[in-house]
Amino acid sequence: MRDAAFDMPSAPSARFQPQDGKPILEAMGITFKAGGQQLLDEIDITIRRGARTLIMGPNGAGKSLLLRLMHGLIRPDRGEVLWEGQPLTKQAMKSQAMVFQRPVLLRRSVLANLKFALSVRGLRGHKRAQKIETALASAGLGHLARRPARVLSGGEQQRLAVVRALACEPDLLFLDEPTANLDPASTAAIEKLVMEANEKGITIVLVTHDAGQAKRLGEDVIFLQDGRVAEAGTVSQVLNTPQSEPARAWRDGRLYLGPQIRTLSGNDRSNT
Amino acid sequence: MDGFWSVLGGAFALVFALDPDLMEIIGLSMKVTLTAVFLACLIGLPLGAAVGTFRFPGRSLLAVILNALMGLPPVVVGLVAYLMLSASGPLGPLRLLYTPTAMIIAQMIIVTPIVAALTRQVVEDLDREYAEQFASLGVGAFDRLFSLLWDARYSLLTVALAGFGRAVAEVGAVLIVGGNINHVTRVMTTTIALETSKGNLQLALALGVILLVIAFTVNACVMAIRASAVRAAYA
Repeated sequence: MRDAAFDMPSAPSARFQPQDGKPILEAMGITFKAGGQQLLDEIDITIRRGARTLIMGPNGAGKSLLLRLMHGLIRPDRGEVLWEGQPLTKQAMKSQAMVFQRPVLLRRSVLANLKFALSVRGLRGHKRAQKIETALASAGLGHLARRPARVLSGGEQQRLAVVRALACEPDLLFLDEPTANLDPASTAAIEKLVMEANEKGITIVLVTHDAGQAKRLGEDVIFLQDGRVAEAGTVSQVLNTPQSEPARAWRDGRLYLGPQIRTLSGNDRSNT
Repeated sequence: MDGFWSVLGGAFALVFALDPDLMEIIGLSMKVTLTAVFLACLIGLPLGAAVGTFRFPGRSLLAVILNALMGLPPVVVGLVAYLMLSASGPLGPLRLLYTPTAMIIAQMIIVTPIVAALTRQVVEDLDREYAEQFASLGVGAFDRLFSLLWDARYSLLTVALAGFGRAVAEVGAVLIVGGNINHVTRVMTTTIALETSKGNLQLALALGVILLVIAFTVNACVMAIRASAVRAAYA
């Protein structure tokens, strides 16, 4: 006999609520230069625990770079990343996971890809097998377990990358444009996995170009532009009272073409 | 031309007769070469992977040295190995000169830099793809090295093949340290050199044919394995 309680869909109110007072991660005055260019300039942002934070901005705004800095893959030139109020350490990195735009899958089977990630976390035997099974089921990849991971379709590969990251049980999941190359069905599948993970209390930080995706998933939103934060706030705040051009464009459903374009079309440039 | 064809005919007759002397020479050749390549891989694969993966002082210099050593002249290797192993040399007391072991050592010296240098390139390319994901997962140094070697396994098969090709065709070094002693250190390449100079062209050519067949077979096998790996997107 199954306990009926387990079959009840979880009510929305049961969802882990983001706690306003307790940031899980903070970027404090992060500055990063490369090749003589200021790629990120004094970035101050706060990621609320349990929230879904969406980072938007044009190409070259520094979104992916910011994600890598917050994850500790790169060190900032100045400033600091705080994890639960403490400087980010290698140990703290293990409480985070990241999904890249192009999924990086090992030249092994789907199963072996999951096995590898879990082994790195020190899981063995029965416990590992159980986790693999759960991950495969949640990604709908059970029937492809023995298949070489790199012959899967783009959507399947990204689903595998997401559940592999989630199998490591992170407190925070970074996703760098995870659906940039995917069709709507595959995008929906990834978004579903992200929402399910968030419902379990995993904090989400997702970079996207997709304005619709930002509206579907976002709770907090950060607009980056030329390595600076153009605007940040909760989605309702930003939609109701947008302070910047990219935010206004997002609210109105317009394409935001970046600051250079506006300057060129305006009259503030002399004919040179 | 007549001479050539009759020599070739005689050579095939020898091959198909499974001449015991011939079989012994082929057997020793394979034993020496395969052992040398195996040992060279044992050292060269992790060494090349380490140079390709880890950042440490002197890394670039080591990479340059490995690349330069790929072109080691076998005769010079033979000479140095000879000096080391000869009675008055530092390794003289081991009494290895003119033994198959000496030949294995010489071939190992020639093949190890080839395996290491080519491995470094293969692993470095793969590491560029994996590095961020591994850092994100928190993969340790040993796991990283082993995983890169494992995931590059089909490319590394070609690397081992390059080492095998060099070793099996090598004559200068094994001649110097082996001495081409009948029934002791006589291998295919040294026999070909000797028999040609003696005018016994049938045996020389028979060995040449066999050497080619072995090279073709090994290459075909590796290519078939690689092709199946490419289909699985493993290579």
